[in-house]
Amino acid sequence: MTRNLIVIGAGMASGRMLEHLFETQPGEWNVTLFNAEPRGNYNRLMLSPVLSGDKTYAEIVTHDDDWYAAQSVTCRFGEKVQRIDRERRVVIGERGELAYDRLVMATGSNPFMIPLPGHDLQGVIPYRDLDDTERMMGLAKKPGAKAVVIGGGLLGLEAAAGMAARGVDVTVIHVMGHLMERQLDEAAGYLLKKALEAKGITVLTSANSSEIIGTDGHVSGLRLDDGRVIACDLLVMAVGIRPNVALAKEAGLAVGRGIHVDDAMITSDPNILAIGECVEHQGAVFGLVAPLYDQARVAADTLGDTPASFAPKEVATKLKVTGCDLFSAGDFADADDREDIIFRDPARGIYKRLVLEGQRLIGAVMYGDTGDGPWFHGLIKDRTDISDMRDTLIFGPAFQGGAQADPLAAVAALPADAEICGCNGICKSRIVDAIQGGARTLTDVREQTKASASCGTCTGLVEQVMAMTLGDSFEVETVKPMCSCTSLTHMDVRRLIKSRELKSMAAVMQECGWKTSCGCASCRPALNYYLLCDWPGEYRDDDQSRFVNERMHSNIQKDGTYSVVPRMWGGITTADELRAIADAADKYQVQTVKVTGGQRIDLLGVKKQDLPDIWADLNAAGMVSGQAYAKGLRTVKTCVGTDHCRFGTQDSTGLGIRLEKALWGAWTPAKVKMAVSGCPRNCAESTCKDVGVICVDSGYILHIGGAAGLHIQGTVIMCTVKTEDEVMEYCAAVIQLYREEAAYLERMYKWLDNVGLDHIVERVVTDGDSRKALAERFHFAQQFMQQDPWAERTKASYRELYSPLADLTMEAAE
Amino acid sequence: MTCWTDIGALNDIPERGARVVKTHMGCIAIFRTIDDEVFAIDDSCPHKGGPLSEGIVHGKSVTCPLHNMVLRLDTGLAQGSDTGAVNTYPLRVEAGRIMLDTQGLRRERVA
Repeated sequence: MTRNLIVIGAGMASGRMLEHLFETQPGEWNVTLFNAEPRGNYNRLMLSPVLSGDKTYAEIVTHDDDWYAAQSVTCRFGEKVQRIDRERRVVIGERGELAYDRLVMATGSNPFMIPLPGHDLQGVIPYRDLDDTERMMGLAKKPGAKAVVIGGGLLGLEAAAGMAARGVDVTVIHVMGHLMERQLDEAAGYLLKKALEAKGITVLTSANSSEIIGTDGHVSGLRLDDGRVIACDLLVMAVGIRPNVALAKEAGLAVGRGIHVDDAMITSDPNILAIGECVEHQGAVFGLVAPLYDQARVAADTLGDTPASFAPKEVATKLKVTGCDLFSAGDFADADDREDIIFRDPARGIYKRLVLEGQRLIGAVMYGDTGDGPWFHGLIKDRTDISDMRDTLIFGPAFQGGAQADPLAAVAALPADAEICGCNGICKSRIVDAIQGGARTLTDVREQTKASASCGTCTGLVEQVMAMTLGDSFEVETVKPMCSCTSLTHMDVRRLIKSRELKSMAAVMQECGWKTSCGCASCRPALNYYLLCDWPGEYRDDDQSRFVNERMHSNIQKDGTYSVVPRMWGGITTADELRAIADAADKYQVQTVKVTGGQRIDLLGVKKQDLPDIWADLNAAGMVSGQAYAKGLRTVKTCVGTDHCRFGTQDSTGLGIRLEKALWGAWTPAKVKMAVSGCPRNCAESTCKDVGVICVDSGYILHIGGAAGLHIQGTVIMCTVKTEDEVMEYCAAVIQLYREEAAYLERMYKWLDNVGLDHIVERVVTDGDSRKALAERFHFAQQFMQQDPWAERTKASYRELYSPLADLTMEAAE
Repeated sequence: MTCWTDIGALNDIPERGARVVKTHMGCIAIFRTIDDEVFAIDDSCPHKGGPLSEGIVHGKSVTCPLHNMVLRLDTGLAQGSDTGAVNTYPLRVEAGRIMLDTQGLRRERVA
């Protein structure tokens, strides 16, 4: 006896289910298929190739009219189902009702549209079906057409790449810091961004949309919250999907995010099943095709009363954009009980990351070379014990043949013409020849072959070739790397940031072959500084890569309270300022008020939650942060000079104020302290400062490289100049040179020891063009840096960060 | 028995940052990693009591802002050559809200 089956929705899940059904239970079902779209089943995954022109619609149809006819399926396409009456077991469509024995809901999902102002303008579309695809294809016919895609996930990028391939000028707007953040880590996201930019697509990450702008009811642009406006003729929103549950909800089925189903795909009504993107199974909803196909098979079995059960499996993602080869599977979140194996080949743009938990592979992210992806995916799904192949795992199945797992063996096995150094095109035999010709150290090899002399990421490989050729007589040279995340030194990294124009932390970590996925507490603050110094106005400061004092803009004390130091230009204050400081000390119960060694007033013992308030009070009295915590300019100490002193030769106080006003706010590798003394008696102690000025009758003697901390060191004289303006220019230039050349946390005196006084004199004193260029770069950077951090952090958006997240002492007392 | 208490939204905590929750047992630091994992540990470093919530978060670890002791967020154990540990507290994230198990906090207070 044939039973009546109604299927609502002709998508990929329902198509697959019907195939299983007719195969396993031929002739048992009388099927009616409803579909809101006026067409049958096509492979939605292939819409992107249709958009980019790699395929046509006809090629992606999976079930054509003939197929439905052959299976005697009654198709009610283009007809919306209005209601389901579960009591009478009928489905009510626009053209009348129909009874069922079993009903399968495969209603799919709806694209989510961000309710931005202007989202209802003409030309604002989702990317969901053939109609949307055709809209995008139509745009390409218009010369000079521009499109904006909101959403840097799979779908958004495929839409962007498809339109770009048809010649449209496309900008992708993504709210997160890197593309496809659900599937990719930062490094792979960076490579993907680079590849898309090479295709002419503009990619804006960390970008918030604020408003869609229209002209005559049609979209004309998108405004971001930073005020930028990106003009466009079409705006595609590809920010996610929501299960389409309206019909199920109205029928009274149990619905959460999706239609609730059990392992057999049965909903809360035993006669109704649900499959595909519209379902929720054990709290999960589904967007990729693999689990949908599994559900389709289970549902078909359930209809045939064969026990079957759906268990979600790890799924892999691939982006269908020509030339962007990426793969992601499993769980690749970073964690300490997990270990990463990372392989980076900057020259070839390859990145592979395997995430291990114990002896199992649990996640894999790959970019550039994804050939081994399916094999890794298999290891993840099968929970294979990988302990035997761990050393060579990252190289894929090709290297798992023999029992040989000695890393040197892999190098030994490389053919003589294998390229070792990508930058200089040096193959293995050149290096072996050099060693046999007498090269004994890495430096020798570098000098003779240039291998590892450029970016340095092949250094380990060169050393392996040396170890293999020289045997025990080879000892690895010790260059002190920046931290355990890299084998490069601070200077190597600084050089690479400039020469390769690396402008984000992810870019540095990828191009320099970082061994960890997101750095450590030692390299992150350093990289943050280098990027900030080298790309002023472009690089965005990363608060979470700063040490607490700089993040809180006050000094942390041993008991967890903070000390607050307002800036007093040149050490000068007024009665009004002192009153405001006294009031603040009273109001915030400051334990100690102390005059510092740099002639400023320190308010010690301020509670964290009071910081925004005390800053606001001091701001209101006209004072700004003294940056007494900063790796930056702290103070310019002065004496009274000609104003009051009988020996003073120049206006040292005025010059100190002028210097402090010009130099404050600049981030430097380590703290910078300055002083101006009005005569050689040196009351401001200029000769133990990073930069000191001593005024004499004939002008100003400029000192550099002093310190009075852990290490006590007198200054050396850099030069003598005649005018205050020259003091200003020379000081800016020498500080800029220090900013550009020193390693992070390297005080000026240490940098001076490393580069030598001659080098500094040459760049700052002898060569006037060099000095002017340095000073110009300094002042250019200052326009982005001279912002009072206190004023920013008293704004509401920051304030809550200074208060506890919750106070459970109140609740427990109830 | 557990008692899940809603202490705030995931987005109230900066990525790779922390906020504290005040309890009768002292402050507990709630950390958010770059992967949106959330952990709760005592806010006081076993070395000299530094506020761990102000440290730099890297991977699943935090470096104490006072003297750079590195502690794991999931186990509370000091890393490297250091020894010592802090308490960890169970929590979970549901629909963007952070739920902390406060049962233990109360029991210990009564005891």
